[in-house]
Amino acid sequence: MATRRPSLFRRAVIDPDHPVKPSSAGAVLFIGILSVLGLMTLVPLYWMVVTAFTPPTLAVRFPPELWPSSPTLRNFAAVLSRPMFVQWVINSTIMAVVVTVFTVLTASMAGYAFAKIPFAGSKWLFWVLIISVMLPFETILVPLFILITRMGLVDTYAGLILPLLASPFGVFLMKQFIQTLPSELMDSARVDGANEWQIFWHVVTPLVTSGMAFLGIITFVAQWNLFLWPLVATRSSGMRTLQVGLVLMREEEPMYFGLHMASATLAAIPIIIVFFAFQRYFLRGITVGAVKG
Amino acid sequence: MGRWARANVRGYLFLLPQFSVFFVFFLIPVIGAFALAFFDYRPTRVSFVGLDNFRRVFSDPLMGIALRNTVLFTVGVVVFWLGKAMLIAYLLDPLSKRLQTFYKSAFYLPSVTSGVIISLIWLWIFNPTFGLLNAALRTFGIEGIAWLGNPNTALGALIAMQVIMGGGSSIVLLSAALARIPREMYEVAILDGASRGIVFTQVIVPLIKPVLLYLVVTGTINTFQVFESIYVMTQGGPQFATITVVYRIYQTAFQQFQIGLASAQAIVLFVLTFALAAVQFRWLGKHVEY
Repeated sequence: MATRRPSLFRRAVIDPDHPVKPSSAGAVLFIGILSVLGLMTLVPLYWMVVTAFTPPTLAVRFPPELWPSSPTLRNFAAVLSRPMFVQWVINSTIMAVVVTVFTVLTASMAGYAFAKIPFAGSKWLFWVLIISVMLPFETILVPLFILITRMGLVDTYAGLILPLLASPFGVFLMKQFIQTLPSELMDSARVDGANEWQIFWHVVTPLVTSGMAFLGIITFVAQWNLFLWPLVATRSSGMRTLQVGLVLMREEEPMYFGLHMASATLAAIPIIIVFFAFQRYFLRGITVGAVKG
Repeated sequence: MGRWARANVRGYLFLLPQFSVFFVFFLIPVIGAFALAFFDYRPTRVSFVGLDNFRRVFSDPLMGIALRNTVLFTVGVVVFWLGKAMLIAYLLDPLSKRLQTFYKSAFYLPSVTSGVIISLIWLWIFNPTFGLLNAALRTFGIEGIAWLGNPNTALGALIAMQVIMGGGSSIVLLSAALARIPREMYEVAILDGASRGIVFTQVIVPLIKPVLLYLVVTGTINTFQVFESIYVMTQGGPQFATITVVYRIYQTAFQQFQIGLASAQAIVLFVLTFALAAVQFRWLGKHVEY
């Protein structure tokens, strides 16, 4: 039986091993539907960038310009000249970096303990953790606020950051990663006289770097994007984070859309860079934290 | 050091850094959440009021509206969102790896962009006079309305926004689940002469049911907590058409400073979330074959 070599188009577009391959026309239809849906999600982001570069007078005109005819940096200059904008960026960076470093390190340690070290109460404590992962943050928002008020930490970096360091999900995730390592590796290191910290640091962490990277990336993104907690935990303008600042700017200048979009673009850039730099971790790592279906 | 301590101390030392913050800033607030709900908490004095706060939660008409809105919003978002993710994952499955990665990235991008940014963009898109949506409608000769300013359309507009921008991680998960389906399952079905539709309902759906269940449960829990878009875009209006449970809790605690009442509301939210998850697990879990 002579099988014809699939055309260049089919080879580029269709998975050769798939059991139910669509016809070429079917593949075009599939790609068409996907592209329409994809454009719907990307057009708003595109529109943000276009408006950010459009002069304020041209932004409020019909029909809207789909490509800025006279691109300008005025909106960005307006954002950067706000007294607190740079401070908000600094605050968000401090918060996201501190939480990410602490979470990755301590969650890996705890995950290692749950995965590989037998100790009394291990099962029980892990259940507490699992239930905590499912608990919506909003249910502890009010008592958490009372707690930092009582500690005198409202409107301080400590009050903002300390509550974010607790990461039951991180521990759960790192346990999943570390569990897959063969225990013989640790046993042989133990026989060679390594102590538990040396085993963790020199044997375990090098083998789960991709897991730690994934946890680090999603923690950083989540913290950078966080809104509700920074909104209630800070008060003075100089302590606000970028996300809260974006909303404050809009409240001050409700009709200056170029300003909103320029500030939103600036706030989105670091995250979009992180996303494209670590794309494969995002697309692969997500499946580890979820069920294995 | 006793024998018990020696056997366990290694494990505890590794837990210590994470569990010290977890204990102070997570477990204590969880206990606090339940305790506060039974008190009238003021800066100057704290008094036990029994179930009074809960009685006030259930007699608060705004809480009733908030609950109704939140349920409508959650059902709308989860149904359309999952449908969209399922369609996309299904269409992506037979395509080449390179195309898959391209589309997955495109759909995932809004999921890493913050809720505040998405809300600001859509405030601009929904703007009645200068927004992109009404401009697009006008080119078709349709006069648009103030989508967020009209109590009949505000909640629907927020649902549409959430569905259009969301679903990135569901697509990745569903895609991975589809790729794990053993190839022989398809071959048997095809030999039996099954059509595409039959393959989908009889082969694919039963095999990815655990992932679907997971997505329904986590999607429901997460969507139920909707807050940012409400705070940024509508403040619960117009005429309370978009007030939601978490937004109501925020108002009660941080605008009206009724800490005890807000805690009781949060407990109601907590119970509802877990009840929803449990119902879904029972209802969908019955049909899951491992």
